[in-house]
Amino acid sequence: MSELKVHGQPPAATDEIATLGANPSVEIAERFPVTDPGVEEEPPRYTDSNDAAGNRVYHRIVTLFAMVPVMAIAFVVVYFAVPRDLTIDFLLNANAQHVLLGLTLGLAILFIGIGAESWARNLMSDIEHTEQRHPIASSEETREKAVEVVQAGIDDSNITRRKLIGASLLGAIGILVVPALVTLADLGPWPTKSMRAKTIERTIWAEGVRLVNDVTYAPIKPEDLEIGQLVNAEPATLEALEGTEFITEKAKAAIIIVRMAPAAIQIPAGREDWQVGGILSYSKICTHVGCPISLWEQQTHHLLCPCHQSTFDLANAGKVLFGPAARSLPQLPITVDSEGYLIARSDFTRPVGPSYFERNSPEYYDERENI
Amino acid sequence: MAKPAPLSSERTVEAEPQSEPVGPLLKKAAGPAKWADDRVGAAGLGKGLLRKIFPDHWSFLLGEIVLYSFIILLITGVFLTFWYKPSMSEIEYEGSYQLLKGLHMSEAFASTLALSFDIRGGLLMRQMHHWAAMLFVAGMFAHMLRVFFTGAFRKPRELNWLIGVGLLAIGGTIEGFAGYSLPDDLLSGTGLRFVDGLIRSVPIIGTWAEFFVFAGQYPGDLIIPRLYMVHILLIPGILLGLISAHMALLVYHKHTQYPGPGRNDQNVVGYPLFPVYMAKAGGFFFIVFGIITLMGGLMQINPIWTYGAYNPAQVTAGSQPDWYMGWIEGAIRIMPGWESYIFGTTWSWNIFLPGVGLLTALFGVLAIYPFIEAWVTGDKEEHHVLDRPRNVPTRTAFGVAAMTCYAMFWLGGGNDIIAVKFNVSLNAVTYVLRVAVFVAPVLAFIITKRICISLQRADAHRLLHGSESGVIERSAIGGYSEHDVPLSPEEAFTLTEHKEYIPVEAGPETDETGVKLRPEATKRRAMVSKWWFGDNIAKPTRAELELAASHHGNGHNGDAHSGDGHTGDGDGHIDHAPSNGRREIESSDRVDEDALR
Repeated sequence: MSELKVHGQPPAATDEIATLGANPSVEIAERFPVTDPGVEEEPPRYTDSNDAAGNRVYHRIVTLFAMVPVMAIAFVVVYFAVPRDLTIDFLLNANAQHVLLGLTLGLAILFIGIGAESWARNLMSDIEHTEQRHPIASSEETREKAVEVVQAGIDDSNITRRKLIGASLLGAIGILVVPALVTLADLGPWPTKSMRAKTIERTIWAEGVRLVNDVTYAPIKPEDLEIGQLVNAEPATLEALEGTEFITEKAKAAIIIVRMAPAAIQIPAGREDWQVGGILSYSKICTHVGCPISLWEQQTHHLLCPCHQSTFDLANAGKVLFGPAARSLPQLPITVDSEGYLIARSDFTRPVGPSYFERNSPEYYDERENI
Repeated sequence: MAKPAPLSSERTVEAEPQSEPVGPLLKKAAGPAKWADDRVGAAGLGKGLLRKIFPDHWSFLLGEIVLYSFIILLITGVFLTFWYKPSMSEIEYEGSYQLLKGLHMSEAFASTLALSFDIRGGLLMRQMHHWAAMLFVAGMFAHMLRVFFTGAFRKPRELNWLIGVGLLAIGGTIEGFAGYSLPDDLLSGTGLRFVDGLIRSVPIIGTWAEFFVFAGQYPGDLIIPRLYMVHILLIPGILLGLISAHMALLVYHKHTQYPGPGRNDQNVVGYPLFPVYMAKAGGFFFIVFGIITLMGGLMQINPIWTYGAYNPAQVTAGSQPDWYMGWIEGAIRIMPGWESYIFGTTWSWNIFLPGVGLLTALFGVLAIYPFIEAWVTGDKEEHHVLDRPRNVPTRTAFGVAAMTCYAMFWLGGGNDIIAVKFNVSLNAVTYVLRVAVFVAPVLAFIITKRICISLQRADAHRLLHGSESGVIERSAIGGYSEHDVPLSPEEAFTLTEHKEYIPVEAGPETDETGVKLRPEATKRRAMVSKWWFGDNIAKPTRAELELAASHHGNGHNGDAHSGDGHTGDGDGHIDHAPSNGRREIESSDRVDEDALR
């Protein structure tokens, strides 16, 4: 089989194959049980043998190319003449100018493509050529030459005699990685223990903060809620925040308030006073990757995350029933203030949202729930 | 369509015959051409490249689609940057879309709305950009599968395969994610929220990586400007470099070709770059461009105004990433909720393994595959003629198994949609997929391998006995037989051109005196080699083909042959009167029954 290798001398190998029919060597005959008959002969194309057919294609191509300026002008007309607010209500239900711009420009470009393709397929020569491949590897001679050249360079540099130059240069360049990396150290604040405590481990919930409707910021009284109802809420203190601070705090502080029949709820020990007559509040941020959870199944008391379908049991400490989440939804301790509005008793007792490496989860362990 | 080139003794056609007179078109261009050659030596470059031969096949267009989509992404992307503002500053929307008027939103979202509603042609460019991105990633996957199943990654193209894997990894994940985060609408914000959770889940460095990427807590106000830079400068720059290297190696190696008459590892048969491929490839660029423009105009994609600005307390059901991240999304969905708590730390396997783990596994396996196969085959030769997938059953089966695994994860990404549309339990879909991601690939492997081997059998059968003609004759005593049509020499060559691999035997590990040897094939390699090639059907040898041809010529039934895997085939036959090149199609019982009627 060595004759077939490209390495070294391809012309010789080619000759071997070319003459295979005449007197095939044993290896070639084994490798190729059927003799290569050579590139097949195809009948001439219709456009080659029939002048009228050729002319038809020729006219078609020129027409296609001539349509391009027509479409380009139509595009300009659409751009300036079609009113911005005109819509196509039939089928597409879309902005008319947008659709017509796309149509005219798309067809203009497409016509060029179809014309060129048609030219290549029907009118250009369709004779297939055979080109020999060159060996990918350099010849032995070239390799030796290259080695000589590199050796000459090494000799000229005197690096073999004064060895430390090379090593110290590499080390000098290599150490530049350190300052380069250090410049990136300010990409963000460092999540040290104290920084984590100020950021991802706390929310703006605090003792006495009212639970308010997340759209109107209206405070909520227990009697506003009926059994089975779930509302989205935020801390009243969120309203005063703006911009980045607003969105960052909202991403952690969002809660849901749910009212269930007291008899249907299982309350873990230590959380007896976290609820007001069957009204409970949980973090709305999924403990999996942090999507806001919102699909509420009233009859089963299940809350389903629309992102990855983790399912939590709100009647049983927010425990995970199904899905990829590993931890229960954190519960917000609530009570009512002197005016009868729902307020928080404190911040969450554990970090909300997705896990992070430094999270000391067993610290928050509660036997009634997942960690 | 093709006529063969006149066969000179060297079997090559001179690129530019010296004697050909210079035509009128070239005479006009002589001045500028000389100017260019005087300054950059253009003639030398053109002489070698202009008539370079490229083989013709539809599957070679897949990579072209990717290249053209990339160019279209650059063109439409530049347009979008004229108006897009990568800022998370909060403003009040004052644009022309009535339903969001007066609402607070980021400048990024407001400027994307402006592009969609207030700038003429802006929505067209936005949708073209998104569709081109879809086509870019889909084309890369399709092109990669073509290269995989035809063995185009073999020596000498391993490096180009690695570059391709790099392109897929960077272009198909980071660039796409950064792109769909930029509008800062509700869906893209949900995607960012997910990535925040994904980054956090990385053991040890997760929280640090999160704080460094988002400049603090999620979402902060720097992530959009940072992703913008990554999306329009950093990644496109890397992609441009990798694509250039990919193309340069393609030109240097010359394109692979499918097996066929006159095609071998030493040549390439096809059409010259100038003019045929310039027109074909250039025309194809305009076709891809035109179709993407029509898609941008007629097919809505990512209507960012539907759900409004990002709000970390809102999400919609059916939130999904772009399709190419769907399999990771699915893996995250069907993964059980595993977390470990070790020495006061939390290890989120439920996110880290399906997210970072699977992405690493995909690109890792892709990267090392060519080297694994080269180790198994022990093949050091160059390959320029592509494999027919059936002739490498194990590789083909492995590829289909991987696709099946991917598909199962991908279904997981739509488990809620499947549950709703087919009215089945979401939990059941999830449980089934948890098993299916492991079982389905194994089944796919076995089935594919058996299909490949039966296709090999069919090839061998046709080589030895010819093709079915559909002409059935009844003999004088009532037997039925079918004429076989012998294969053309061209097709027979095509079916037998592939190289055959024979499982290697393990060499002795010690010689007679007990000295340790380093055998060429270790026991492990022999085992893998047997598993890899052991079931392959040997292609008929020259002697067998000649014997079969003479049998057919002498009027015997050709089925007595044992090399084709149909050993039992001839048993049920009655040797009727000689019938040239005929194959019995009925058993003797059946013939008798027919005769009685």
